[in-house]
Amino acid sequence: MTLEMIIPLLAATIVAGTPILYATLGEMITEKSGVLNLGVEGIMIVGGLTAFLVAHFTGSPSLAFFAAGAAGITTASLHGIVCLVFQGNQVVSGLALTILGTGFANYFGTSYVGLSAPGFQPMAVPLLADIPAIGPIFFQHDPLVYLTYILPPCLWLFFNNTRYGLGLRAVGEFPEAAAAAGLNARGYRWLGILGGGFFMGLGGAYLSLAYTHLWTNNLTAGRGWIAVALVIFAFWRPGRAVFGAYLFGGIMALQLRLQATGTQLPSSLLLMLPYGLTVFVLVLSSLGHRRTNEPAALGVNVEPAD
Amino acid sequence: MRIIKVMSVVLCSLGIAFAAMAKDMNVGFVYVSPIGDAGYSFAHDKGRLAVEEMDGVKTAYVESVKEGPDSERVILNMARKGYDIIFATSFGYMDPMLKVAKQFPNTVFMHCSGFKKAENMSNYFGRMYQARYLSGMVAGAMTKSKILGYVAAFPIPEVIRGINAFTLGAQAVNPEVSVRVVWTKTWYDPATEKEAAKSLLDAGADVIAQHQDSPGPQEAAQEKGVYSIGYNSDMSTFAPKSHLTAPVWNWAPYYKQIVNQVKEGTWKAESAWPGMDAGIVKLAPFGPMVPQDVQDTVTAKQAEIASGAFKVFSGPVKDQQGAVKIADGTVANDETLLGMTWFVEGVVGTTE
Repeated sequence: MTLEMIIPLLAATIVAGTPILYATLGEMITEKSGVLNLGVEGIMIVGGLTAFLVAHFTGSPSLAFFAAGAAGITTASLHGIVCLVFQGNQVVSGLALTILGTGFANYFGTSYVGLSAPGFQPMAVPLLADIPAIGPIFFQHDPLVYLTYILPPCLWLFFNNTRYGLGLRAVGEFPEAAAAAGLNARGYRWLGILGGGFFMGLGGAYLSLAYTHLWTNNLTAGRGWIAVALVIFAFWRPGRAVFGAYLFGGIMALQLRLQATGTQLPSSLLLMLPYGLTVFVLVLSSLGHRRTNEPAALGVNVEPAD
Repeated sequence: MRIIKVMSVVLCSLGIAFAAMAKDMNVGFVYVSPIGDAGYSFAHDKGRLAVEEMDGVKTAYVESVKEGPDSERVILNMARKGYDIIFATSFGYMDPMLKVAKQFPNTVFMHCSGFKKAENMSNYFGRMYQARYLSGMVAGAMTKSKILGYVAAFPIPEVIRGINAFTLGAQAVNPEVSVRVVWTKTWYDPATEKEAAKSLLDAGADVIAQHQDSPGPQEAAQEKGVYSIGYNSDMSTFAPKSHLTAPVWNWAPYYKQIVNQVKEGTWKAESAWPGMDAGIVKLAPFGPMVPQDVQDTVTAKQAEIASGAFKVFSGPVKDQQGAVKIADGTVANDETLLGMTWFVEGVVGTTE
């Protein structure tokens, strides 16, 4: 592994981490409001299919990107209906959503497998792209990657410095108290579910618009589940989510590169690395007995006020 | 009275015989992936369409059938509906098909890429490695860095055989060439496969070959401005600037032959492994960037393989450690080929 290989490796890390980062941030917003949504995988894949179809038929990647967000919101709203309107079990509803979303996307997407659609192409940022090392790593990607550079700080500001963000967190920690203080607890949870669904949809769109320009069954290939794990790994903090997503993306890119350079390690072991690392880090981070920042009312439904 | 009875029996049986002759033959196909994938199932479906055009034959297919219990249900359903021939085109359909075959002795079962057979069940596959050898020759002639990248699915004999044939082909025109292999453990995951191709490009490869169904690796090659070799069917629409050629399947002649054999009653269960001689595998048209002399050399070799004058795995062939695996002057038999789990010299990577 030489220096000439390290820069492309880090650049590939950013790209591989981006779809996971979108989904992780989405799941984080939802969980901050106290709702556990295990349907990330299903929402992502519906987003990915929608983005592909819109791009294929209209030729506009930007429109496709927002359509994926809208599709994410629509799919996530099912979770909201089950958990907020009917007080259903959040775990079961989320799992059902994953199965439903995957089945839906595979069913409607079958006839589009193998077609290609216009998508986002890499676009170097003027000036910044010319900085040695930093430029090729961070600033020679597609616009959707740049969006993820601003997203986590914005989300951090939202959670800590805005009325709605603080309200969202309050509902996630202690919905009864929040309600007593005059906040509309279920309204905030809707905000968490739909807002989260939007970003999960975008994560799926990244896969079919930028990462590849193709649609295929099971395009997400388990990335939604990684996002669920990364939220825990990130202790519900946007900054750590960036770290987690890039760590995962980096290991994924690294194992392929290790193979390409002719290492003698068995490929099965290398392929296991990203997942093994996720488990390892999760264990390690919970060993410290630190405050994990988990929303106290995560997974607990809010009873209707009347 | 007796005469009338005999006559009526004869007439009846004639009637039944005529009815049987007039009845269309139904042929069913089971695919593992959607047919629109420009890949493996797409190639089989082109074979099905050729069968559909035959007189008195009707076809039907079920796509995206998962290997295992799901496939047994689909195959059983086809058998119950009275299909005369059922083609199942993925390795994992082998045992389910064998089970169903035992229950329906009058139906002809055809299983692709497996090794089990029964009274009424054949297995068949094509000698894809012959076409891969030729595509290796093209890649070896076009590379400047002398490093070829190979994005591969799973370390099973079928894939390893393909990589070895590709490498031998490349070495035949460019002895110093090395082939780097990256396993993705996927058959169709464009994102991972594209990323794998990129990692090979970063390692210095300037021609990317693949053994997967998705055109992800083709995209990566085109974006980097280097060359690529497709697989299954002509993938040039995905990467017109980089696509040199592709080893492709051509199932039509074989499928038509089987249907005719069943019609005429000459079909017998067998393990068939036809190759270029039967036209089952071939090369996709060359891209415009392939020089004429390279095209001519490859076409000449193709004729030699088809006529049987040249065998891809003829000794001496050494493995990665330099040990002679196929001795000088001998040709590897089918058993060796079907159980191949070692890489030839010049491949960088591991079969584990």
